[in-house]
Amino acid sequence: MSVLVFTENWDGKFKKLTYELVSWASEVAKMINGTVTALSIGSVAEGELEKLGNYGAGKVLTVETPALNTLDSQAYAALLSEVVLKEKASVVILSNNNMGKAVAPRLSVRLKAGICSGVSKLPLSTDPFTVYKRAYSGNAFSRVVIKSDIKIVTLAQNSFGIIENPVNVTVEKANVAVDNSLVHTQVKDVEKQSGKILLTDADIVVSGGRGMKSPDNWTPLLELAEALGAATACSRPVSDEGWRPHEEHTGQTGKIISPNLYLAVGISGATQHLAGVSASKYIVAVNTDKDAPIFEAAQYGIVGDAMKILPQLAEAVKHIK
Amino acid sequence: MKILVCISNVPDTTTKIKFSEGDSSIDTTGVQWVINPWDELSLTRALELKDDPSSGIKSVTVAHVGPVSSEPTIRKALAIGADDAIRVNAGAADAYFVAAQLAELVKKEQFDIIMCGIESSDHNGSEVGAMIAEFLNIPSVSAVSGITPENGIPVITREIDGGREKVTVPAPFVIIVQKGIAKEPRIASMRGIMTARTKPIKVVEPVAGESLTQIISLEKPAPRSACKFIDADNPAQLIELLKNEAKVI
Repeated sequence: MSVLVFTENWDGKFKKLTYELVSWASEVAKMINGTVTALSIGSVAEGELEKLGNYGAGKVLTVETPALNTLDSQAYAALLSEVVLKEKASVVILSNNNMGKAVAPRLSVRLKAGICSGVSKLPLSTDPFTVYKRAYSGNAFSRVVIKSDIKIVTLAQNSFGIIENPVNVTVEKANVAVDNSLVHTQVKDVEKQSGKILLTDADIVVSGGRGMKSPDNWTPLLELAEALGAATACSRPVSDEGWRPHEEHTGQTGKIISPNLYLAVGISGATQHLAGVSASKYIVAVNTDKDAPIFEAAQYGIVGDAMKILPQLAEAVKHIK
Repeated sequence: MKILVCISNVPDTTTKIKFSEGDSSIDTTGVQWVINPWDELSLTRALELKDDPSSGIKSVTVAHVGPVSSEPTIRKALAIGADDAIRVNAGAADAYFVAAQLAELVKKEQFDIIMCGIESSDHNGSEVGAMIAEFLNIPSVSAVSGITPENGIPVITREIDGGREKVTVPAPFVIIVQKGIAKEPRIASMRGIMTARTKPIKVVEPVAGESLTQIISLEKPAPRSACKFIDADNPAQLIELLKNEAKVI
């Protein structure tokens, strides 16, 4: 029996979430007396594949073909299902991000394997296979039993953590055929914002709300983010007003993120906003209104004027780094 | 071309949901039911496309898998502007079951574009859309923030890591839509509400299907610790606490 990990890379390196997926997989492998196999699609830098062994992957399978340079969920799911069957995997783990959401449900139908998305812990039991996931946009958690022989799980990012668990690792080419006839997605145009920290993969996120008062006031927030090595985000009114790009909108209808630290500046903390950030490890709020609901969700808070506080925070960060 | 918009019936997102520890479903007393927010945006975009003659869209149908009690929500979709509706008369056992039902509708009624919201605000699954596509062996595009006709072909904008791309896939296809697909949800006009009363809701019985997962219980999230306030005159203390106490920077 094995646990199969669907890895993801960015810019030639594995994303942090990949190490988290492998860590989860190797703990599950211990529970079912199995092994961990990781599937890597696309090219990564020299030495990257072996790194997966540090977290418990005994075998790394690679697939490199131009046909898969574009995400085509149908072709990806077909390839992955072939690997699952060849490896006799009983558990498949993907991230609960755009990629995982595109591929995992298709895999579920292909293999007639039950899926649970957004799992945040190890299985509570492996027989019956019971997992724990976020529900009602963070207002509840549910225990879900996956009844099929093969189980598919997508892991909520940053919910489990990375655990070192070095094993000997072998790297080999996956002996599977990519079905080109399934690749239907044609890319017409790409718009990339390079050199930025991915909001969904960031450890620290600094986010601004309407309390920032004007798009012209963002400079101190960006400077604090830069000092912290953080990604930047915003609340819905801010992106609706066009003060910040839509890609930054976090909340129920925007991006759902779970960084280690979420610093909310001038954000009141409406339910819909919290639904997108409540899985963060720490929430810190800066707001002029001491009764703002954000302080109920936050572990640390400052009641005061962001324009005065942000530069001092940035200064303090530079001081300790 | 015909669009099918799949809708979920969910508690209003501002509702404080209630359940007892260990229950497998929520207490629905006093809950306001609404169209799942993403499905509402998806319906809005579908109607905008229909309004644009260059899109070639002739009709917008909504589909829902659920009991008769969800008809008020379906009626809302008709009031917003959908031409007609189909309700599969079955409880939504799990995503696999629901997707199998919806795939069957697409097969029978030959829809060209199937639109699903990125997730429902109750189970946060994000599964049904891509599953429908796999049941039908047709393309699906996820994380879609736009669909616009260009020379008669729908061009789809999707979000990718660190950016976005415009793609095309041959119809029929499923798109799983998110933020950006429409600016604001369209609101039902008085006329829309009146005409919705006479628009057809076709009820079909489910095809045989199974569920592969089961919710066994719900739990409340652990309460967060009380907020520790730092003096606004000494913000540097916050950085020190984040470094030494929370250990996150």
